[in-house]
Amino acid sequence: MNNPLLAQYPAALHGYDEMFKAGGQARAHWMTLLEHLGAETPEAMRQRVESVERQVHENGVTYNIYADPKGMQRPWEIDVLPFILPAAEWAAIEGAVRQRATLLNRILTDIYGAQTILAEGLLPSALVHGHAGFLRPCHGIPHVDNVALHMIAVDLARSPDGRWWVVTDRTQAPSGAGYALENRSVISRAFPDLLRELKVQPITGYFDTLRDSLTHWGRQCAARSRADSGASAVPHEALPLIVLLTPGQFNETYYEQTYLARHLGFPLVEGNDLTVRNGFVWLKTLSGPQRVDVILRRVDDDFCDPLELRSDSALGVVGLTDVARRGNVVIANGLGSNLLESGALLGYLPALCRRLLGQSLLMPSVATWWCGEPAALEEVIAELGHLIVKPAFPQLRQAPVFGQDLNAEQRAAFIAKLRAQPQNYVAQELVKVSKAPVWRSHSNSHSEPGIGASAVGLRVFACATPTGYVVMPGALTRVATGPDSRVIAMQRGGASKDTWIQAVNLPHAPPLMPPSITADNLIRGDTRLSSRVVEDLFWYGRYCERCDDITRLLRTALEFLLHTTPDARGREWPTVQAFCSWSGLIDLDEEEGHNATSTVPAVAPSVLDDLLVEQALLDAVTATDGHGLVGNLQRVLRVASHLRERLSVDNWHTLNQLAQRHPGAVQRPTLAAAISMLNDTLTSLMTLSGFALDGMTRDQGWRFMSVGRRLERLQFIGKALEHALTMPADGNLDWLLEITDSIVTYRARYMAQPEWLPVLDLLLLDESNPRSLVFQLNGLLQFLPRLTSEDSASDGTARLACLHAQLLALDPQVHFEPGNTQLLRLLGDFERAGAAVSEQLGQRFFSYTGDVNHASFTP
Amino acid sequence: MSLPPTMPMTPTSSDSNIAPVRYHVLHETRHQYQRSVTLSQQMLHMTPRVFGWQQVISHDISVTPLPQDWAGRTDYFGNASRSFTLTTPHRTLIVRGSATVALLRRPDAMRLAASPAWEHTRAQLRMRGQALEPSKFLFESPHVMCSAELAHYAAPSFTHQRPLLEAAFDLTQRIYNDFEFDDEATTISTPLHEVLVGRRGVCQDFAHLMIGCLRSLGLAARYVSGYILTTPPPGQPRMVGADASHAWVSIYCSHAGWVDFDPTNRRLVQDEHITLGWGRDFSDVTPMRGTVLGGGAQSLEVSVTVTPLSDSSA
Repeated sequence: MNNPLLAQYPAALHGYDEMFKAGGQARAHWMTLLEHLGAETPEAMRQRVESVERQVHENGVTYNIYADPKGMQRPWEIDVLPFILPAAEWAAIEGAVRQRATLLNRILTDIYGAQTILAEGLLPSALVHGHAGFLRPCHGIPHVDNVALHMIAVDLARSPDGRWWVVTDRTQAPSGAGYALENRSVISRAFPDLLRELKVQPITGYFDTLRDSLTHWGRQCAARSRADSGASAVPHEALPLIVLLTPGQFNETYYEQTYLARHLGFPLVEGNDLTVRNGFVWLKTLSGPQRVDVILRRVDDDFCDPLELRSDSALGVVGLTDVARRGNVVIANGLGSNLLESGALLGYLPALCRRLLGQSLLMPSVATWWCGEPAALEEVIAELGHLIVKPAFPQLRQAPVFGQDLNAEQRAAFIAKLRAQPQNYVAQELVKVSKAPVWRSHSNSHSEPGIGASAVGLRVFACATPTGYVVMPGALTRVATGPDSRVIAMQRGGASKDTWIQAVNLPHAPPLMPPSITADNLIRGDTRLSSRVVEDLFWYGRYCERCDDITRLLRTALEFLLHTTPDARGREWPTVQAFCSWSGLIDLDEEEGHNATSTVPAVAPSVLDDLLVEQALLDAVTATDGHGLVGNLQRVLRVASHLRERLSVDNWHTLNQLAQRHPGAVQRPTLAAAISMLNDTLTSLMTLSGFALDGMTRDQGWRFMSVGRRLERLQFIGKALEHALTMPADGNLDWLLEITDSIVTYRARYMAQPEWLPVLDLLLLDESNPRSLVFQLNGLLQFLPRLTSEDSASDGTARLACLHAQLLALDPQVHFEPGNTQLLRLLGDFERAGAAVSEQLGQRFFSYTGDVNHASFTP
Repeated sequence: MSLPPTMPMTPTSSDSNIAPVRYHVLHETRHQYQRSVTLSQQMLHMTPRVFGWQQVISHDISVTPLPQDWAGRTDYFGNASRSFTLTTPHRTLIVRGSATVALLRRPDAMRLAASPAWEHTRAQLRMRGQALEPSKFLFESPHVMCSAELAHYAAPSFTHQRPLLEAAFDLTQRIYNDFEFDDEATTISTPLHEVLVGRRGVCQDFAHLMIGCLRSLGLAARYVSGYILTTPPPGQPRMVGADASHAWVSIYCSHAGWVDFDPTNRRLVQDEHITLGWGRDFSDVTPMRGTVLGGGAQSLEVSVTVTPLSDSSA
C-alpha cells in the first residue's frame, strides 16, 4: 500500500504485526481504517488528535502515578487510533476468558471452602498457606450462587506466531473497565462513521449487565438474611443498596472509580461512610443509617476490615468480615480474592481446569515456572538469560528482573537470592509481544505526522451473572510508551487505546432480567446521602460563593487603579482598601508596623502607596495561600473532587477550565491581564452557580449546598455594608453596588448616581434582589428547618429568625443613612448568628469525622 | 481438630490412670480511656479450647459496660472466638474471663528420644497433598519471618538424623539459656531479627523465635496462647509469665503429632499449661483485639490468676 502516512511505519522484524501480514499486505480488518486515513487531509487528522486531547483535558480524565514527581492527576493518555479485532478472533478470546473466569472462581471458592484441591495435591500448600493474600478470617464466607469472583480482568499478549497468551489475572479489584468506557466515549467522537462502518460492538451493555447482576444478588442476599433473622412481613426495600467503596482520591484509579460510580448510579463511599451494627453494614446518611446489600469495592482485601484483617488500615470498615461471614452483605469481589493474583498459580491451571471443569484450558498462560518446585528452580537458573523473574506473591512488591540485563556479578547475586527463598519467585518466558499502529504527531520528534507502531497488550474484562460469566465486547488496549517497551504498565507511564471488536451483525442485546422497578418502588429524592457528601456539598457552596465575592472585590479594587487618577480616587478608596484588608487580600498593618487590626472598619488609617496596593492585589489574584483567589479556587476543586460522581460532566468541564486558568504559583500578572482573568473567572463561577440552580435535584444535598452559599453571602454583604456605612458621607457608592453585582439593577431603576437610601434598600430589604440581605435570610429560614425531619430548630436558626424580624421592622427613612448605629449593630448580630448556624450544622451533621478508629491488641 | 487416636503421645488408657488436674483461671483486662469511647468493637480469643489433653468444665466471659450484639464462632484454626460491639459511651472497659478446666498429664521427656529423625518429618511436609493440617503452620506469618539467621541459630540443635523431639527440646533449653526475660525490651511489633540480636524479650517473643527457627528449617510449628500455673507447688519456684497470659510452641512430629514446648520456662508442656487456642502466631489468637472510636490516650491493666483446685472441690 502506497500510503504516505506509513512512511515511518517500522517493519516488524521478529514479532507479530497487528496491521500487516508478513508480506507487507494489510490485514483485512485494518483496511477500512487505512483507506479512511489515506483519503483525509493532514489537517483533518490534526483536528481529530486535538479533539481527543481536549476531551481528556475537559473531562479531567486522570491516572495518578505514585512515583510521579508531579504526583497526582496525571492526564490519561489515549492514542487516537483504535485497536481493531475481527469477530472470529474475538470469539476465541471471549470463550477463553469466560472459561478462565469460571475456573478461577472455582479455585477461589474451593480454597476458601473445602480445600479439595489441596487434599488432592493439585496445588502445593505453599501457594495457599504461604501466600500472604490467603486471609484465614475469610475462610467459610458464603457466596450467593457460589460466586466470589464477580469481576476479573485478564491481561493478554500476542506472541510472534499470532497466538494470544495470558500474562496475568487481576482478581482482587480489577481496574480499567471504566477507562475503557471513557476511551470509547472519546474515540467514538473522533471516528463516528468508521465505528458504524466497521460494525464495532458497543460496550455499555456490559455495565448494565454488571449492575443487573449485582442487583440480583443484592436482592437474594437481602431476602436470605431477612429469612434468617426471622423477620418476614417487613419487606426490605425492593431495590438493594449497592455502594462503590473507594480508597479515596489519592488512589491511582480514583478518576475511574468516580466515573464508574456515576455511570452505574452507585453512591461512592469511603470506609468512614459505612459502619457495622447488629451484623449488617450501614451507610451513614442524613436520614439515618441505611442497610447496604452490596459493596463493589476498590479497596484491597486486607485493608477492608481493621478488626480482623490489617489493623493499621484506615480505609476499611470495622467488622466487615464478620458481616460477610454471616452472609449479610455481598462483597464484589469476595474478600480474599487477591489469593489468585500469584504468577505461581499459572503453571497449575491446566491440571486444575481438567479436574474442576473437565475441560482443557482454552488459552495458555505465558510459560511460567514457580521456583518453589526444586526442578523448576534449576531450570530457571539454567535459562535465566531468557526469562523475566517476578515475585510469586503480590505482597512482596518487587520489580521484575530481566535475566538478560544482569552482568555476571549481578547474576550470581540474584541466583543466591533465588536459592535462599525460591518459593518467593516465579520466572516467565519473555514474550516478544505484538505491535499495533499508533499515531505519531509532530511533537514526537518525527518530522511529519504519521503512523508508527508500539508494543501492545490487551486487558479483557469479564463479570459474573447468574447464568455464567459475560465478557465485555471491548478491552483496554495498553501501549508501551515508556523507556522499557518490555513492560506494559500504566503505573510506568503507558498509554491506552480504544478497542474495537467487530460484530458479525450488530447485536440486539436481549434484556438479561425482567424490569426490576415497579410503580411501588419509584424513588423521588435521594435518601442515601452520606453525611460526608452533605458536608462536602455545604463547603462546595461556601467556597464557590467565597470565590465569587473575592473575584468581584478584586476586580472592583483593581479597576480603581486602572481608571481613576490618583487624585480622583474619591473619598471611598480608603474604605475599599480597608475591606480588601478585612478580606485578607492586602495587608494594611504591614505599613503601620504590625499594629493589631481594629475590627471596627474606620477609615483606613493610612493611605498606602498605590503601587504597593496594586502589587498586593495582583498577588492576591494568584496567591495560593489562605486568602488569595487561587487558594480559594483550589478549595473549591478539592471539595468538588470528593463530589466528583455527583457533579455532571458539563459541571466538570467548567471546574477544569477554572483549574487550568489558574495553575497557581505563576508570576505576578499585569493589571490588564489580571482583570481579564477575573472576568473569565466570574463567567465560570456564574456557570457553576447556574448548574447549581438549574441542573441539580432539589434534594437534601442541594439544600446543604444552598445553605453554605447563602451563609457565605450573608457574611460578605453584611461586612461590605458595615464598611460602607462607616465611610465618609461624600464617598461614592458605586463600588458597593459593583461588588454586590447590583449596579445594573440600580441604574435601571433610578438612572442616577447611587444615593444612600435607595442603595441600602436594594441591598437590605429588596426580596427580589438575589444579593440582598433579606434574600439570603429568606432562603436560610426556608432551608434550615428542612434539613432534618426533627422539629427542633437550632438556636442559630431561631436567632436568625429573630434578627430577620428586626430587619423588616427597620424604617428606611430613619435608619438607612451612613453611620446609623442601630443598623450597624444589627449587621454585627447577623454576622455572629451566621457563624453560630455554621458551627451548629457542623456539630449536628458533620461531627462524625472528628474521631478516628484506634486499633489495640491485648495479650 | 482432634488428634488421630493411634498416635502414641495422645492420651491412652495407661496415661488416664493418672487423675486429671483441675484449675480455675481468672483473666481480667481493664482498659482506661482518657476521653469517652463512643463505639468499641472487640474480638476475643479468651475461651479455653477443648481437645485431647484438656476439658473445659465451665467458662464465662463478662464485659462491663454491657455490650450489644455478642457473636461467637469457630475460627479457621478451630479456636472459639467471640466478638462484641459496645455503643454505650464509656471510659473504662473491663473484660473478665473465668474458666474451670481439667488437664490430662502429657507424656514426659522420656519419650523424646523415641521420635524419628527430624529430616523424616521435613520430607513428609514437602510432599504435596500430605500433612494438610501441619502445612498450615509451615510458612511465614505476620509475626514470624523465616531467615537464614534463624536456621543458623537452630542448627546446633538439629544435627544430622537427630530425633525431632529431642532436637526441639534442646532448642527449648538453648533459648532459655541464651535469652533473658525482660518485659521492657520489646513490644508486640518488635521484629524477630531484633529479638535474635538483642537476646531479650517476653514469652511471645521466645515463642515466635522458636517457631521462626523451626519453620526456617522446613518444620511445622504453631503458636499456643494460654496460661500457666500462678502459684507453684510447694518447694518449686514460681514460673515466669504467670500473672499474665502466656505463650509457647507446638511442634509437628510425623509420628507423635503435635508436641508442646515452653521455651520461656525450659520445659515440656505436661499438666501446668492451660491452652486458650493456637494459630500461626500471636496475630491469629490475640486474646483481645479491637478498635475503638474516640478514647484518646489509654492505659491497660491485665491480670491473670490460675488456681489449682483441690481434689475435694473436683
